[in-house]
Parts: sequence; structure tokens; C-alpha cells
Amino acid sequence: MAQLPRRTLTRAIIGIILVVEIYPLFWLLTSSLKTQNAFVSQPLWTLPHTLDFGNYSSAWTTAHIPSDVSNSLIVTVSSVAVILVIGTGAAFALEVLAFKGRGGILFFLIGGLMVPAQLVLLPLFEIYFKLGIDNSLLPMIVTYIGEGLPLTVFLMATYFRSVPRELFEACVIDGGGTYRCFFSVALPLVRNGIFTVGMLIFFSVFNDLLVALTFNSKPSLSTIQVGLLNFNGQYGSVEYGPLFAAISIVIFALLILYLFINKQIMRGLTSGAVKG
Amino acid sequence: MRQVFGNRRAIALFLAPALLVYIGVIVVPVGWSLVYSLFTGSPASGFTFAGLKNFRSLISDPTISQTFWFTVKYAALLTVGQIVIGYALALLFKFVLRRSSTFIRTLVFFPVVLPTVAVALLFAQLFAVTPQAGPIDSLVHLFGVQPVDWFVSGSHAFIVILAMDMWRSVGLFAVILYVGLLDIPEEVIESARLDGASGFSLLRRIILPMSRPIVAAATIFALNADLKVFDSILALNNGGPGTATTPLNLYMFQESFNYNNWGYGSAIALLITLLCLVVTVLVFRSLRRDITKG
Repeated sequence: MAQLPRRTLTRAIIGIILVVEIYPLFWLLTSSLKTQNAFVSQPLWTLPHTLDFGNYSSAWTTAHIPSDVSNSLIVTVSSVAVILVIGTGAAFALEVLAFKGRGGILFFLIGGLMVPAQLVLLPLFEIYFKLGIDNSLLPMIVTYIGEGLPLTVFLMATYFRSVPRELFEACVIDGGGTYRCFFSVALPLVRNGIFTVGMLIFFSVFNDLLVALTFNSKPSLSTIQVGLLNFNGQYGSVEYGPLFAAISIVIFALLILYLFINKQIMRGLTSGAVKG
Repeated sequence: MRQVFGNRRAIALFLAPALLVYIGVIVVPVGWSLVYSLFTGSPASGFTFAGLKNFRSLISDPTISQTFWFTVKYAALLTVGQIVIGYALALLFKFVLRRSSTFIRTLVFFPVVLPTVAVALLFAQLFAVTPQAGPIDSLVHLFGVQPVDWFVSGSHAFIVILAMDMWRSVGLFAVILYVGLLDIPEEVIESARLDGASGFSLLRRIILPMSRPIVAAATIFALNADLKVFDSILALNNGGPGTATTPLNLYMFQESFNYNNWGYGSAIALLITLLCLVVTVLVFRSLRRDITKG
């Protein structure tokens, strides 16, 4: 097969990928700087003639973006922190420690993977209401913790399984107790696993809509997803500039975060895959 | 040794928090849901026992069959796209781009971390027709085709939904399947090459069969996630026009919170769970049979 056609084909494919992935973002950015007038009078793919940076401040204040962001962060960070702590502990007990029935309990916990959110949502709504915590971020946090546990325990148990038993036994021989061996031997060894699982849970909670929308009993509890959903309602009629600005803020902030941790994401997903 | 590994108090301490939360947040509500499905009403208006009425409604409600088949059609098409294009990209990363694949991989994976609502709003504008023709419409117009209002008909909206969810998720599958390709031992590929296999036949005889487990796992994962679609469609066009593009999950949400039919909503939720289980078992069975045959 001649090299030339193959190289052009590859270049063409890469070109298509670049356009498909990048154009929407480029268009998003340029549109966010358009005036409302420009939206109404010119086709949407044109570049703005005058740049209206006011769209951003308008979106920021009118749409409560700061409070949405802080809600999202509070909910996500607390959920992830608690899940990692109790999930890793449980996985350690189930995988490394020995007691009767641990296989059954592990199976019981992992069975939760089959349960979709919608099945537990309604009862939880009633439970939180009866407990009187429904006007806070707690319903979301507790729900996310419960939902994230099966996957976390499953993955952390897998990571613990790959730690050679001799290392734990060596720790015991050196005089360490259960807690000591957990903190000084087990935890450091699954550090990568904790990070990978943490990231996985972080994004699934941060970007969740179903739970956030269900327990969104008042506007001040909105997360970023809920806030975006209700965005146009804040203005009455559609204000395109601020709409694009709001979407931009969210997407480009995540882009920056993503570029920072991208290496770790890839490493986490590909760890153990490359041999030799 | 046994004292450390069998330390009862430590075991309880490590295990109890997770177990308690899990039972309280997952196990109990599942049972509670089953109970709900036997009643009609809501906490606000009170519940009345209704026996199997909700389940009979599942069968007689025309919206259920419409949303059910929409969900199945959507999940099937999207999964095929995710796996096929994801696999094609994975092959591109491993065999064509090799070490320089990092940039493209990063680029293609990026939409995966984006909030679904943000992506939906973006695509709603990309495909917009008012107040002016959006980029896609202008592109279509360039090819001489009449501009289309993408959201006024169910089948057109369906195309937008598929495009949007493909754009957002294909990167995840590309990376997952790429990792699966990395697992194929170099020696196997090398020796096949030495035997004269190249390009297409290498793909068909060595690479595809050896990727089967990861493709199977990815397919099951994709189907399960796609069958439960909610965010993207809600944010894009609320399942419109009417209920033309409403998936089961959205219908359940609407019934429960807009119409206060919690019992019916719970029955629909059970239907979704059952659907996912059946599909998973079917795919698992058919793929496992392939593995033992080949």
C-alpha cells in the first residue's frame, strides 16, 4: 500500500476530529461576546462585530452563578471525601481482614451497582422530608454518598486485592496492629486507586442532574447543572449573550481544571494496562 | 496474625459506616419503592392502596410503549455509535498515531467531563433556527438542502440528541477501548505480522477477537447508562415535541413530580431496572457464547 494516500487519509481524519471537537467550543466563545442585537440580525455562525463583555457580568450576577458553583463544590467535595473514607475502610475490611460472611457482605454491597437512582429517589425524598433536612444540601450529599458506595467499595476492593498479602503479614510481624497496618501499609499502596476512584466519583457527582434537581427544594440550593437548566427563567425572555457566557464560564472553567488533572485521569485509566 | 486480621472491633469500625449508609440510602428505599408501586398518590396528597393498578397502567398506557421503544431505540443506536466509533478511534490511537496520540486523546475525552446541561444548551444553539440560522443549519443550507427546524419533529430532534450524546461520550469509550488494545501482547501482533498478516486481516483475525472481552464490558456499560438517559434530553428539549423524544426516565420524573403519581412513577422505575437487567443478561449471554465458540 502506498504511503502517500494513507498519510493524507490520516491527516483528513485528524482534521475532521479537530473540527468536530474544537469548533463548538470556538463558536461558544465567540458567540458569548455578541450583543443581543447581533444574535437577532445575523446568522449564528458569524463572528461578533462588537465585543460585549457585559454578557459575562450579567450572567454572573443574574443567574446566581457564584452560588451555584459553591453549592456544586460543597456537595461534591463533601460527598467524595466521605465516600473515600468509609468506602476504602469497608473495602479494606472486606478484602484484607478475615471474618465469616465477608464474601456475602461484599456481594451485598456490590449488588447496589444494579440499582438505578430513580428507584431510590422517591422514598429518599419522603425520608429526608420526614427527617426535616430537606431544605438543605444534606439530602444531595447523603444520596450521593449512598449511590457512590457500591462502585467505590468494588473498585477499592480490587485495588486491595492486588496488594500482596506478604506485605500485610510483614507489618504484623513487625508488631503493627490492625489500624497501624491499615494506615502505614495498605493506604499508601492504594494511593493511586484512591485518586482514580476519587476523580471518577467527583465528576459523576459534579455533573449529576437527577439527584440535584429532585432535592432542589429552593433556588438557593441549585447546583451548576440545575442553575444552567433554569437559566433562561431568570431573564424572562431568552438573552443569548448571557446564556452563551454562562455556558462558557462553566465549560472553560472545567477545561482549565481538566488540563491540570488530565495526566492523572489518563494514568488512572491506563494503569496496569501497559505491560513490561 | 489472626488477632490483627480478625480484630472484631476494627472490622466493625471499618465496615459499619459504609454498611449503615448503604442500607439506609439504597436498600431500604428500594423496598420502599416496591411498596409505593402498590399505591397511588403522593406524600402531599396522601396514598391510597391500589393493588396492581399501576402495573396494569404500565401495560395499557400508550405513552409507556412510546417512551419504552424510544428508550430502547435510542440506547441501541447510541451504543452502536459509541462502541464502533470509540473502537475506530482506539485503533487510530494505538496503530496510527501511537505516541503522538496523547493530544487527540485529551481533546476527544474532554467533552466527557462536561456537565450534560451545558452540552445540551450548547447543542440547542448549534442546531437552532431562531433567531437566526445556527451553524448546522447554515452548513446544511450550504449543501443546497432546505433548512430544517430540528426541534419541531421527533425524528429530527432524535438526530440532534444522538449527535449531542455521541459528541459528549465517544471520548470515554475511545479511551476505555484503547486501554483494552494496549492489553494485547506485542508478541502476538509481531508474530502475526511476521506470518504476513497486515492491515485488515490483522485486525479481523487477531485484534478483534482479542478485544472481545473489553468490547463486551464496554457494551454492557454503555447500554446500561444509555437506557437510563435523563439529563441531556431534559435539558435539550424536555423530551419534546410532546412526548416524541421522552425516555422512560424522564417520563417517570414527570409523572412523579409534575403529576404527583408517585406510585406510577415507582412502577416505571421498576420497569427501567428490569429493562437494564434483561438487556445486561442478554448481552452477557450472547457475548459469552461467542467467546467459548471462538
